Amino acid sequence: MKPFGFKIATTHTIIVDDKPLDTLSPISGQVPTFRRCMNCGGCTATCSAAHFTQFNIRKIHNLYRWHQIELPKKELEKCMLCGKCTLVCPRDVNLRSLIIYMRRNIDALKKKEEGEQ
Amino acid sequence: MDTPKQHIVVIGGGPAGIVAAAQLAKTHRVTLLEKNDKLCNNITNKFKLFPNFADADETAAELIATTKNENITVNTSAEVTKINRADNKWEVTTDKDTITADAVVIATGYDIFDAHRKEELGYGIYPGIITSLELEQMMKSGNVVTRFGDKPRRITFLQCVGSRDAKIGNHYCSKLCCVTAVKQAIELRKISPETEVFLFYMDLRMWGQGFEELYRQSQEEHNVHFVRGRISEAASTYDGRIQIKAEDTLIGQPLKMNTDFLVLMVGMEPSCGTKNLSQQCNISGDYGFAASKTPHLLDQTTEQPGIFLAGSCKRPYTLSDTINDAYAAAAATERYLNEKA
Repeated sequence: MKPFGFKIATTHTIIVDDKPLDTLSPISGQVPTFRRCMNCGGCTATCSAAHFTQFNIRKIHNLYRWHQIELPKKELEKCMLCGKCTLVCPRDVNLRSLIIYMRRNIDALKKKEEGEQ
Repeated sequence: MDTPKQHIVVIGGGPAGIVAAAQLAKTHRVTLLEKNDKLCNNITNKFKLFPNFADADETAAELIATTKNENITVNTSAEVTKINRADNKWEVTTDKDTITADAVVIATGYDIFDAHRKEELGYGIYPGIITSLELEQMMKSGNVVTRFGDKPRRITFLQCVGSRDAKIGNHYCSKLCCVTAVKQAIELRKISPETEVFLFYMDLRMWGQGFEELYRQSQEEHNVHFVRGRISEAASTYDGRIQIKAEDTLIGQPLKMNTDFLVLMVGMEPSCGTKNLSQQCNISGDYGFAASKTPHLLDQTTEQPGIFLAGSCKRPYTLSDTINDAYAAAAATERYLNEKA
């Protein structure tokens, strides 16, 4: 007999928290240059990791901005911190530093979640 | 200069009409007609002007001061109902009288897009959904609070309301809403630093001098959050805030968000006066704006001899564009009168 029942599908829509983004993550204080990103994608175009994998640093930091951390956590491991993205950025965003802080913040959040469980 | 003084009627007492009138009054007699009871309404309904945050009222006052000239008669509360050609001249009829003119400058300007027409955005249905002009007036009165009397926690701007939209038939870009939203976002963050500001856009068109810098400044110094995507609908939440739906197209995922105010950046449409007069004179162009002869060399001239165009009756214009265009319109009018004399 086939098992039957129901499951509640989780939404694909991002539900933005009522709290300000900066309260949820300290990133714009840690890497102030991140604020001025204009999403040109220069970083992703030059990225060494993106050459061989699906890694898209522009997309990942946008997801992170909305506090989506599951995909960024996995993806950020692909970065080798070569720093080419930082070299090409026309708005002079310190991407290398951004990546390091995103990793750190996500790890801290994950640890906190595990501690709560 | 021995050319006889001629009489010019300038229709519209905004910046275009005023600059054209003041310029022509150096050699001619000018009657300036304004349908409202005072001049420069579309400047004095603003708070600060981009890109340098100049005070709107002071700027209007400086412009209005230039109409204090013995060659200029200002008629306010005078709406033009008819224009017709009579013996090489033009007869301009208002609700009060008929004036004969050697040349006419149409400077009847724009109106903002009526946001009720975008019903899915909830304007006029849910309090908290306001136009950019209403926000400007809130900031001018220094009273940015929700209807519950609280400081807003979050304010969200939506660009291109009534512009670049086939559904309402306006394919054009109103060109100054982008920078206006950035200016307003900066003002808001200055007035109310605890308010988080989001700005949803399709493209950011920072074309003018200082605009791009203002955009960057809004991100860097005022932490305004820009999101690429158009808000498709807005409705009220159970607690009287506004819920919006949009896609962040840069990550390719839909999102829902609550906000205290949704500010609709309404575009520019031709004013009633612009539509009526250009129809009457047979110079009606795209979307009801007035059409000039050619867009480059004869942009102030029309197919009607003696009728000239100044400012945003032709297309969306910033205040700087309008003022420059009014000088050009005055020069074109002067040239016509000299050739005629």
